[in-house]
Amino acid sequence: MKIAKEIAIIMGITLISEYLNKAVPLPIPAGVYGMVILLVCLVAGAVKLESIETSGNKLVELMPIMFIPAGVGLINYVAEIRQYLVPLVAVTVVSTVVVMGVTGRTAEFILKKRKREK
Amino acid sequence: MLEILSGSAYFGFFISLFCFFTGVFIQKKTGLRIMNPLMLSIIMVIAILQLSGIDYKAYNQGAQIISYFLTPATICLAIPLYKQLRLLKDNALAILVSIVFGTVTSIGSIFLMSKLFGMDHTFYASLLPKSITTAIGMGISEELGGIVTITVAVIIITGILGNVISDLVFKLFRISNPIAKGLALGTSAHAIGTARAMELGEIEGAMSGLSIAVAGIVTVILAPMAANWIG
Repeated sequence: MKIAKEIAIIMGITLISEYLNKAVPLPIPAGVYGMVILLVCLVAGAVKLESIETSGNKLVELMPIMFIPAGVGLINYVAEIRQYLVPLVAVTVVSTVVVMGVTGRTAEFILKKRKREK
Repeated sequence: MLEILSGSAYFGFFISLFCFFTGVFIQKKTGLRIMNPLMLSIIMVIAILQLSGIDYKAYNQGAQIISYFLTPATICLAIPLYKQLRLLKDNALAILVSIVFGTVTSIGSIFLMSKLFGMDHTFYASLLPKSITTAIGMGISEELGGIVTITVAVIIITGILGNVISDLVFKLFRISNPIAKGLALGTSAHAIGTARAMELGEIEGAMSGLSIAVAGIVTVILAPMAANWIG
């Protein structure tokens, strides 16, 4: 029964988030609203960590599987992908590597500097 | 028989899970990071659909049940974030600056590459939101005059790529701090990158989950300004 209760809480927050996503005229997805709502609820003590943790952690753990349908959906875009194949691959590979590198390096740099100051 | 099987709502659900665990098995056997279960399972499902002639609609009838859990799972990224709240508060500035830097780099690099390839505004606008989560990215692409289908394709490819090559990039750029790794994964490869960050550890996962939200919102603000650079 504990799991059912946990899922009920998570689904309740999901429902509110979906409503906000539709009602607020901003391109912010339901997941982002929900993340903020749940974090605020946890900090405020309105939701106890123990009352969502088991199912919540399982959901996060299973996340890679949830991207399979979207990935398979790429077959619907074969025409577009083929048409722009070279620039698409080039931009995607270069920009992803560079963004990952720059973000990580920036964080490393600032964190190391702060450590030294301390 | 094939028709009856593929007609069942459980077909897409089962085949997705089956291919994923086959992928997990292959990765374990080969010991190669590049043999990413998510990437392998997508390739396997596509191959099965192509070979059997079952169309995407029939597959997705069952598979969409899996997709339904994506929003609640994203919401639950607040759990690792809550557990790492101290870390977040202590390093708030470093975290924010890194994500903003990463997002500016994303827009800048896409602009330069688009210029290099002589792309038109439509294609450029379709690529601009490539590193952020699909739900935000689609909205931005549409608003800026991009082709939403290309945006969705590029966002998913970016996520899988980021998930697969992160180990190599971390080595190449000598990124070892768990906070830095998480921020790098989330900012460059949104939720699919975060799935990898969660595997690395709780700090990585928390930082990556946070990056999805922050990078998404920063892109909402910056992309419309950058969109006019290629008219």
